[in-house]
Amino acid sequence: MNAFIAIVRRDVTLALRRVSDTVSVVLFFVLAIVLFPLGIGPELNLLARIAAGTIWVAALLAAMLSLDRLFQVDADEGGLDLLVLAPLPLEAVVLAKCLAHWLVTGVPLILSAPILSILLNMGGDGFLVMILAMALATPTLSLIGAVGAALTVGARRGGVLVSLLVLPLLTPVLILGASAVDLALAGLNATPLLMLLGAMLLVAVLLCPWAAAAGLRLATE
Amino acid sequence: MVNLHRFANPNRFMRLSGLILPWASVVAVLTFPVGLYLALINSPPDYEQRETVRIMYIHVPAAWMALFSYTCMAAASAVALIWRHPLADLAAKSIAPVGACFTLICLVTGSLWGQPTWGTWWVWDARLTSVLILFFLFVGYMVLFDAFDDPTKGARAAGILVIVGFVFVPIIKFSVDILELRTLHQGASVSKLSAPSVHESMLWPLLVMALAYAAYFISLLLVRMRSAILAARVRSLRMMQAQRASRAAIVPERP
Repeated sequence: MNAFIAIVRRDVTLALRRVSDTVSVVLFFVLAIVLFPLGIGPELNLLARIAAGTIWVAALLAAMLSLDRLFQVDADEGGLDLLVLAPLPLEAVVLAKCLAHWLVTGVPLILSAPILSILLNMGGDGFLVMILAMALATPTLSLIGAVGAALTVGARRGGVLVSLLVLPLLTPVLILGASAVDLALAGLNATPLLMLLGAMLLVAVLLCPWAAAAGLRLATE
Repeated sequence: MVNLHRFANPNRFMRLSGLILPWASVVAVLTFPVGLYLALINSPPDYEQRETVRIMYIHVPAAWMALFSYTCMAAASAVALIWRHPLADLAAKSIAPVGACFTLICLVTGSLWGQPTWGTWWVWDARLTSVLILFFLFVGYMVLFDAFDDPTKGARAAGILVIVGFVFVPIIKFSVDILELRTLHQGASVSKLSAPSVHESMLWPLLVMALAYAAYFISLLLVRMRSAILAARVRSLRMMQAQRASRAAIVPERP
């Protein structure tokens, strides 16, 4: 457990020292959303209608951007070999790194989403559901993304490849999350969809550390 | 349990596949014309969709085969990861482009069918969307396979990906059902085998076409695997030749 906490603390500390990396993910999120009114036109009704979906798509893409650094930095510096050799099971290492990744990218995304929803003229009824759904979905993004990041550590090209592998797997998160907010905006009960998002998270916690650890073992062979 | 290692030997695989391949290709060559004749000429037009219903005989088996290909790929990858079975990797790799093509055929014929019946080339309904995502899963597999300098590493990374994808396919399918609770696409009509809601006159051509697709899939898979094995053999023979030549060149210099 100490080792687990140590890895989380190390990754968070590293991210805070290189704070521009974290900030750039959030800035990308903001910019991507600002582009939509510019591209589609500033009509407020239309923006309100597409707000939930736009915010979710932008959050998904922003989370993708940060993934290629998840294991690649460690692999380049040689730290990954030590993590593989560590007494802590590699699956737990992956889980710790996902937790750290979520703390430095997921949480800022959750916090900035409500502010951005004001920019897009989203109704106030969706705020709470938006935050809850984001809180359930962003850890899933980190976990599934970790699989893609781990599988591409030894590959010739990282960045775009990770998105190509991971985005199809993330479509359920996008659909459930955006639908939950839309339901709440329509005054309906979004709890079932939030529960499904929670179920997705549990599946991801069960499955993804194994797959990512297998990918990391492969990369360090 | 069948001892899988009996089939790991490429020589045994070449012999066995050499026996199966002619039969599979003959079945494919015979059933395609028969199936197409039954489907395009000798079956009744639909009372509502008229002649356009004939697209179904191309479209539905392609969708079945696309899902079947992905399942086979996941099974082969699992065998490869668990038993380190080199032929299983080869099988998964050989299936991927074939499965992607089936998926593409399904998407294109579906789009062509959608235009006259629904009045639009594309709708974001549950089935279309999930087949489209299946196509991206196939593409992701192939891209990841090629992204490594070491082909065995590529094979294993892609194998892990396809197994994760296989777990997610039902989740994706379920979530796109939520996307469009009311959908234009009709539900499954053949899977209820006890009382299929497709009339016999349409069911038979469909089943013949499905057999043709399956036979075609098997022959193509075997041809791809056999040619990959032969290519590897040619490569190692060339290496040996080059080694011998370089030895011959070096030996006379020594006194």
